[in-house]
Amino acid sequence: MAYAYSPGLKILESTTVHRERRLPIAGEVRVNIGDKVSAEEVVMNTHLPGKADIINIVSMLGCLPNEIEKYMLKKAGDFVEKGDLIAESSSFFGLFKTRIHAPLAGAIEAVSQVTGQVTMRGAPVPVEVKAYIDGEVSSAEEKQSVTIQTTGTFIQGIFGVGGETCGELAVAVSKPEEKLTPELITEDHKDKIVVGGSLVTIECINKAVETGVKAIVAGGFNDADLNKLLGYDLGVAITGHEKIGLTLIVTEGFGEIPMADKTFEILKNLNGKKASVNGATQIRAGVIRPEIIVPHESAEAVDEEEAKLILDIGTQIRAIREPYFGMLGKVTELPTELNKLPTESKARVLKVKFNNGEEAVIPRANVEVIATS
Amino acid sequence: MNNLEVILATDCGSTTTKAILIEKKDGHYRLAARGEAPTTVEAPAEDVTRGVINSIAEIEDITKRKFIRDDKLIIPREGDIGADAYISTSSAGGGLQMMVAGVVKEMTAESAQRAALGAGAIVMDVLATNDRRRTFQRIERIRNLRPDMILLAGGTDGGTIRHVVALAEVIEAADPKPRFGMGYELPVIYSGNVDARQSIKDTLEEKTALQVVDNLRPTLESENLKPARDAIHNLFLEHVMAHAPGYKKLMTWTSAPIMPTPGAVGDIMQLIARRNNIQVVGTDIGGATTDDFSVFRVDQEDKESEFVFNRTVSANLGMSYSISNVVTEATIPNIMRWVPFDLEEKILRNRIRNKMIRPTTIPQSLEGLMVEQAICREALRLAFVQHRSMAIGLSGTQKQSSISDAFSQKKEDESLVDMMNLDLIVGSGGVLSHAPRRNQSALMMIDGFAPEGFTNLAVDSIFMMPHLGVLAQINEDAAIEVFEKDCLIRLGAVIAPIGVAPYGRPCMKVKIEGKGSFELKVGEMKLIPLSTEENINVTVIPDRKFNAGAGRGKTVAKTVSGGAVGLILDARCRPIMLPEDRQERIQYLQNWNNELNIYPTQM
Repeated sequence: MAYAYSPGLKILESTTVHRERRLPIAGEVRVNIGDKVSAEEVVMNTHLPGKADIINIVSMLGCLPNEIEKYMLKKAGDFVEKGDLIAESSSFFGLFKTRIHAPLAGAIEAVSQVTGQVTMRGAPVPVEVKAYIDGEVSSAEEKQSVTIQTTGTFIQGIFGVGGETCGELAVAVSKPEEKLTPELITEDHKDKIVVGGSLVTIECINKAVETGVKAIVAGGFNDADLNKLLGYDLGVAITGHEKIGLTLIVTEGFGEIPMADKTFEILKNLNGKKASVNGATQIRAGVIRPEIIVPHESAEAVDEEEAKLILDIGTQIRAIREPYFGMLGKVTELPTELNKLPTESKARVLKVKFNNGEEAVIPRANVEVIATS
Repeated sequence: MNNLEVILATDCGSTTTKAILIEKKDGHYRLAARGEAPTTVEAPAEDVTRGVINSIAEIEDITKRKFIRDDKLIIPREGDIGADAYISTSSAGGGLQMMVAGVVKEMTAESAQRAALGAGAIVMDVLATNDRRRTFQRIERIRNLRPDMILLAGGTDGGTIRHVVALAEVIEAADPKPRFGMGYELPVIYSGNVDARQSIKDTLEEKTALQVVDNLRPTLESENLKPARDAIHNLFLEHVMAHAPGYKKLMTWTSAPIMPTPGAVGDIMQLIARRNNIQVVGTDIGGATTDDFSVFRVDQEDKESEFVFNRTVSANLGMSYSISNVVTEATIPNIMRWVPFDLEEKILRNRIRNKMIRPTTIPQSLEGLMVEQAICREALRLAFVQHRSMAIGLSGTQKQSSISDAFSQKKEDESLVDMMNLDLIVGSGGVLSHAPRRNQSALMMIDGFAPEGFTNLAVDSIFMMPHLGVLAQINEDAAIEVFEKDCLIRLGAVIAPIGVAPYGRPCMKVKIEGKGSFELKVGEMKLIPLSTEENINVTVIPDRKFNAGAGRGKTVAKTVSGGAVGLILDARCRPIMLPEDRQERIQYLQNWNNELNIYPTQM
């Protein structure tokens, strides 16, 4: 076998990116194919059904379920404001009254004579979907989705937290080995996407949130700091909805790991350009990795989908497990037979020459292809 | 279907589709070949049959025989071409994800949960009138989780109507949408009080695909889970599978209905227990989830009493995707207690996180393997704790107590899992089936399950229990024969008396026919080589503080079978006691590893 497919992260300096924007339920598409859009522009909107609540009228009034109609002042289909009187009973010759008020504004959806409960539905919740990236509408599905297309740089991170945002790229360190420290975050970084080197600490993130930084991109991050950032111990890696004041994207992994030279160089060259980033990560079947998209004019763009992650002699790889974790190098040999590892397991391996000159044999499962263009 | 000679079976998992070929030769069914290929439910293929064809193409390569023509399986067989039958299980797309609801959490809701788990589902949440949530919270929960199906139970026949209809109103208010597709209604199974059926129909029929079946808890004292389980299987095929890419086509290929993978594993476990009249615990530890199964007699005193099957799934305990969650639930000190060398906590935490974000990596260094196996022990332990708490008799029943019951102190909700009377533990899943040494699998299972008395250990060689579970539907004898001969690898047995005493005190004397006599002190382990073919008499004389099955200090004699590992004597107390002091603990862990020949180098 001359080559094999291997999982890896895409680092494409010049590519065509398509991003589908989809409504959770049918709604209105506000753009047409061919329209130029900016990342912040609302391209679709809809209304989700409002929150529902159930009021146990009979237990509050002390009556039987089949008597409920007698006490209801509103019927199914009526609209009420929060606090409106919806049911009332009187006792002791009308001297004492028990009144029930609507807990929310909305419609009376159902009145049950079996349970004596009233279902209320709140006002519809508006939902807006933004374009997310600067580009052009390349396709649209009526009432459902649009696809935005752009050319530019596309970089995948390994792990992220926080959702979609956009801003100007600001590289805050001089080399990939340099840590991003709180002192390096300045007032100038407000509303920007700050790029660090080998490590970002919780202190630095706190300073960035105070400053109004939109996102941070760095090589590594410590697990202990992730717990502090989220306020809980993340069990399963499904992220993107955290409300932490910014979006964080880690390009290499946990611990202090210099950002890959290629990634750092590309980001440095794009300093000052507008980028869209998303920290959403899902490590399950159907993997989603965090991403950085920087739209720019480009002569020869490789399609994002066509950038194959093929393992071949000369392919650039990153070791992703101890004892060589984080080291970068080139494949020198791809033996076909299974090799015995120090654990006594047998696995398909490759030989690699690392950038520092060291050579090693490592399982193919423990490398990531760095797909570049 | 007893004249089958060539059978193809696949299991379409979330990431891999595994195919096996079973053939009848000289009157015996045996595994002939296996192949695997990535599952193709997602883009770009979006057709599960592609992965099935690819995995069977690998079998074609190995056997040099033809099973595929024009991208279709050749069924029935045409001489040497094709197979007599094709069967399949599936857990692709995250398996069957359900919510269940019942009036009382500890009664009908618990029965509903057992029905769903037994059918092979992941239970995302259990709603009950007494679950201490407010109504709007329950509604939001249903909306957010978007289950594939809801099982609604509640009320014994002739019992409460109002409470179960109130739950239906919660489901109706949530107006739930299924995970896949906008175009179809969410399946809801009603299996509660027969008197509430009309009201349930009035409430739910318009908004959901409602199916009404017999009450799963017709009286407080009885459970009738089969109608609900059958309905789950049918709806799984009709709604969930039919909407997954390619499954409509796959369903036309199979000779028996496609089963959810864990449901099929559960079936084969039950079959083994009943056929051999033994009590079994099984585990399947995967990358994302761990499934535990048990088959125990209702009455331990009565060898003829009926078997009760239980299954639980720990949705977020696993060795790759869920590895961080194992650490979160177990806590770092509990992981560290199994690591036989010094390791800084910060380094361990970052290493585990890096495995979480790159779940397909494998340990290259021995230290890396030791850490993963330490985490496996805790995943097994936690999943089993959950299983034991679910595998209980019916709660809320009225029972007549005798004087002897008063002295036996047996509680109503005591687990059916009786470790002292457990005959066999079967381990499955990559970390156990593919451990570099079988001795490692044996010790991980002992540490994770803490078996008591005499217990046999086995592993599933190549994860084919799902295939055999569905095969049992069409040919039970073939399934059993392949299970015994090719699937199950017997590791041997472990003898572990229960009791607690300080390390260094006497624990047990063991006389082993043809092997000699051994005295073990508390804190010691010993491996006696004993091959699969050997069945020998073993006599255990426990110290007065320990019980090997007949009571404290009482002698027990049994026949023990060997296996790939042998006979393990475990004198570490029950519950397993590890030294508090870190250095002392590491020293003991190393001693046990050396004695049991766990790792390649002596530590």
